Amino acid sequence: MTAVMKNDFRARNHPAYWAFIVHRTSGLLLAVFLPFHFWALAQALQGPQALDGFLQWTQHPLVKFGEIALVVLLAAHMTGGVRLLMLEFLAWRDWQKSLLAVAAGVSMAVGLAFALNVI
Amino acid sequence: MSVRAQVLLWTLQRLSAAVLAVCVVAHLVTMIYAVRHGLSAADILGRTRGNYAWLGFYVTFVAAVAIHAPIGLRTILGETFGWRGTLADLAVLMLGVVLALWGWRAAYAVFA
Repeated sequence: MTAVMKNDFRARNHPAYWAFIVHRTSGLLLAVFLPFHFWALAQALQGPQALDGFLQWTQHPLVKFGEIALVVLLAAHMTGGVRLLMLEFLAWRDWQKSLLAVAAGVSMAVGLAFALNVI
Repeated sequence: MSVRAQVLLWTLQRLSAAVLAVCVVAHLVTMIYAVRHGLSAADILGRTRGNYAWLGFYVTFVAAVAIHAPIGLRTILGETFGWRGTLADLAVLMLGVVLALWGWRAAYAVFA
């Protein structure tokens, strides 16, 4: 029993496990966000003023923070997904071990680039 | 669910992921560029209204999302929450249809 718990802990303490958690969580949150995103863009059906009215709301600092978080989630889900596709479809190479770090780095860089422009 | 159907879902998930990888990179670059001077309806609609290239891009983007998100959600519902079976399959299928219809409506809204 102890051995099982130890193995369980070790498996969950691996960077790949955290990549799995990030991929699932970001995917779930993005799926929840999408209907709101589509609803917001559809305001344009009532004219540019309606869309501008919504965009005014996005100037609120808390909303901007939410936008930055969503951009990081999108970048993390995309880079994590590309990592999985490379693991599944390309022959194994040693550099694939570094993909986790590349995925995390690119996600943070994208989030930072967006944050610097939106603030 | 039959093995054949599961293989189909697995394949669709990977194919849609490959399409989404390209679409998301384009979307992220556009967003980072677009927010430089703040977002306005005039800027957004100036880019997208009457532009068939953007319409084609967003229609493809939405189609890929409407395939990818429900299949991913089905896996999470089954593996994390233990909700499997016909009802769960129907629920995620409905989500896919709603995402496609709402997404294409949004694409039309910024095009028309």
